[in-house]
Amino acid sequence: MRRIGVFVCHCGSNIAATVDVKKVVEMALLEQGVVHAEDYPYMCSEAGQSHIAEAIREKQLDGIVVCSCSPRMHEATFRKCAEKNGLNPYLVEIANIREHCSWIHKDMQEATEKAVILMRAAVAKVHLNAPLKAGESAVTKRALVIGGGIAGIQTALDIADAGYHVDIVEKEPSIGGRMSQLDKTFPTLDCSACILTPKMVEAASHENITIHTWSEVEKVSGFVGNFTVDIRKKARYVNMDKCTGCGICQEKCPSKKPLNEFNRGLNNRSAIYTPFAQAIPNVPVIDAAACIKLKTGKCGICEKFCQAGAIDYAQTDEIITQQYGAIVVATGFDTIKLDKYGEYAYGESKDVITSLELERIMNAAGPTKGHLERLSDGKAPKEIVFIQCVGSRCSDDRGKPYCSKICCMYTAKHAMLIRDKYPDTNVTVFYIDVRTPGKNFDEFYRRAVEDYGVNYVKGQVGKVAPQSDGSLLVHGVDLLENKQILKKADMVVLATAIEPNSDVRKIATMLTASIDTNNFLTEAHPKLRPVESPTAGVFLSGVCQGPKDIPETVAQAGAAAVKVIGLLAKDKLKTNPCTAKADELRCNGCSQCAGVCPYGAISYETRQVNDHGIREDRRIAVVNSALCQGCGACTVTCPSGAMDLQGFSNRQIIAEVDAICR
Amino acid sequence: MNQVDEIKQISGVNPLKCMKCGKCSASCPSFYEMDIKPHQFVSYVINDDVQALANSRSAWKCLSCFACIERCPRNVQPGKLIDAARQILIRQRGQEGLSADEIPALLDEDMPQQLLMSAFRKYRR
Amino acid sequence: MPVTENWKPTIVAFCCNWCSYAGADLAGSSRLAYPADVKIIKVPCSCRVNPMFILRAFEKGADGVILCGCHPGDCHYSTGNYYARRRMTLLFSMLDYLGVEDGRTRVEWVSAAEGVKFSETMNSFVEKVRGLGPNVRLGDLRCRN
Repeated sequence: MRRIGVFVCHCGSNIAATVDVKKVVEMALLEQGVVHAEDYPYMCSEAGQSHIAEAIREKQLDGIVVCSCSPRMHEATFRKCAEKNGLNPYLVEIANIREHCSWIHKDMQEATEKAVILMRAAVAKVHLNAPLKAGESAVTKRALVIGGGIAGIQTALDIADAGYHVDIVEKEPSIGGRMSQLDKTFPTLDCSACILTPKMVEAASHENITIHTWSEVEKVSGFVGNFTVDIRKKARYVNMDKCTGCGICQEKCPSKKPLNEFNRGLNNRSAIYTPFAQAIPNVPVIDAAACIKLKTGKCGICEKFCQAGAIDYAQTDEIITQQYGAIVVATGFDTIKLDKYGEYAYGESKDVITSLELERIMNAAGPTKGHLERLSDGKAPKEIVFIQCVGSRCSDDRGKPYCSKICCMYTAKHAMLIRDKYPDTNVTVFYIDVRTPGKNFDEFYRRAVEDYGVNYVKGQVGKVAPQSDGSLLVHGVDLLENKQILKKADMVVLATAIEPNSDVRKIATMLTASIDTNNFLTEAHPKLRPVESPTAGVFLSGVCQGPKDIPETVAQAGAAAVKVIGLLAKDKLKTNPCTAKADELRCNGCSQCAGVCPYGAISYETRQVNDHGIREDRRIAVVNSALCQGCGACTVTCPSGAMDLQGFSNRQIIAEVDAICR
Repeated sequence: MNQVDEIKQISGVNPLKCMKCGKCSASCPSFYEMDIKPHQFVSYVINDDVQALANSRSAWKCLSCFACIERCPRNVQPGKLIDAARQILIRQRGQEGLSADEIPALLDEDMPQQLLMSAFRKYRR
Repeated sequence: MPVTENWKPTIVAFCCNWCSYAGADLAGSSRLAYPADVKIIKVPCSCRVNPMFILRAFEKGADGVILCGCHPGDCHYSTGNYYARRRMTLLFSMLDYLGVEDGRTRVEWVSAAEGVKFSETMNSFVEKVRGLGPNVRLGDLRCRN
């Protein structure tokens, strides 16, 4: 019989206000094997822990139940406390009477009854807990960063500077991401490329960084410290070692129809292309869907002109397999599709554009060489309307329920830049709220209004109607004056909501990282562990975790890098000791467990067993505890009940069920 | 049931979802005919002043074109609120509406027949 | 068994450690109420739930059993919830045949970010079980002629 101590935490008033903690203590003392029970205002505090230590010593406890907050909060604290005092940490169980009880119930009697039942279940389980010892696994000292935008680049640079090797996988032909598409950045109006390209060059020339562009993560297996990743390097049809980046192939390529993705499809590019002038690597790729040679076998002009002999039409996709200790997701974002917003005439008129498209139009390398002009007729717009919150803050099925966070600031930036460069152009911004929390952000927005004369009107636009004369009639409202506004505009810019990159769900599934309903990756704790995924060894950088601007992205990228460095600095990691184990007397070697194990942790060996005096050689399942992650799939599959999961054994769970149903 | 609950029940609208963007008023073709503007409807419900809404000109100037319902980003749908306000007023008035026999005298030549039919369909509840 | 006004069902909820247990924590920290009848047992993965556990719960007097796991495709162990889904489909139809009505058992996917969904799921499940009244225990069934 175990000697169990029950410790009930008040958590200040968080628990004690709805759960009668004294009653829980009283009831605990009636449980079989409970030799000690007490309550304390803050069990997790130094003083609270010393109460536990004292009880372990004085009452020779060999099992502990702490009735407190979620085990996700303080299980580690109490296990450490037990270990320090000579008790195996796995002889500690938590009854979650805060998140699962006091915080959701109002009635004291009801909540107390439930707390008592949860305490009983934990006591019943702890009776059957076995002392477990964590194993160790080695750490591969190499990190993978998925995504080569500013988030990925910054994370990679920080990890590489600490002396660890980093691979960046980028699906586009160049690193740079969204930031490379921006013209200027708020609130300082730095030229985006001017501050980004030095970082791109630094990453490319860093001895600890390997960049795989035009590549995608294909498969991920393994676990923290020991991931194995397959990377598909898509056929580039250009030999990276030979190409000098002279660009003659792009000039001579006769296939000039494909839409230029980098310019958001506003103009065209050749079939062989580098997305932008400062691309890294400065090696073009051939778009197989548009290349005449690859489609019909005739052409080959680029090959003829390439003096370096770098064109290789026979190139095929290549799979690289590499080991990593940690993986950082930095997959970034895209703007949402606007096909559900018919009222804004986005698909109807060429002069209704998204803000990211305006960014390209205003950029010297963009479709209009940086001249602000209408895409329909090339005329300079004299009246521009900006519409904010297009698709953001929507609870209908057309948009996103969250605030995209960056739109207020970049709209102020666009408005200011246009008024600065084209003073005879009027700019009106229709807004719902202007949200400018951030250093120098509100000052920036006020400058747009006060110094640049941007006309801010409170009220969402109802409709944009293209007119026969080529202008756009904007049906708006001024809520402060309480009047409707009909405004003739030459150009309408939609501050389109952002959403996580479309590939992120696929990547999250491969990494078994959690993802929320908006496809943002979930952090391990929303406040205290914001750059870690709940999946150990997976870290988050940039907008894949939630909307953020460039300074925040860079800060988070650095934070993710620090977490990776902290992990890679360790030589060994403690593994989860709650692994599966087969009972050799019951196992009949049927192999069903091996079939369901997602980690290939189960193998078989022939071993002599002594079954009640009969010695015979039997084929028996053996679990590799370094590979087993403790999911328990095998335990349920096992037809003879030989397989059990340590820490969550059949008997333990049944004991909990019995305690709850009793 | 008080009037606030009544209008919520009839309309199925939760006025607390409104973020006061004004897209309804920007979309409304009857905006200048109305004394209480579409984006203000929710405030009258939240501030427990449903009767003012029912007595407003707006209740009769809404064309039920559904532009606000279609475009509302928060699924608040002020058009449903004003329709419910009208319903409340009709219930209060009881049977004092026009009878079918009184109508021919009120018709003018330009009135489309279809309008008449849809009016019957709309108010005969 | 007569259903009294104050009858409270006993409901066992198996929650996977990675998604649903965290979802329940989020429901708690967001103060999203659901009935105290629900008692949660943490398992590493929904695939750890042996049909025996559920039979045991009904045998011991549970009125409803719900199993919550990660959304399909999001399982921390890649495939665990698929096994759980298949196993429970079979088990629940067998239980229904045995007289443990379909409404007393449920599988629901709740992610770590879905505190609201967790609370709503528990509210609707408890309401359903309350409607069905006390469970005729599996144990009792065998004893009756």
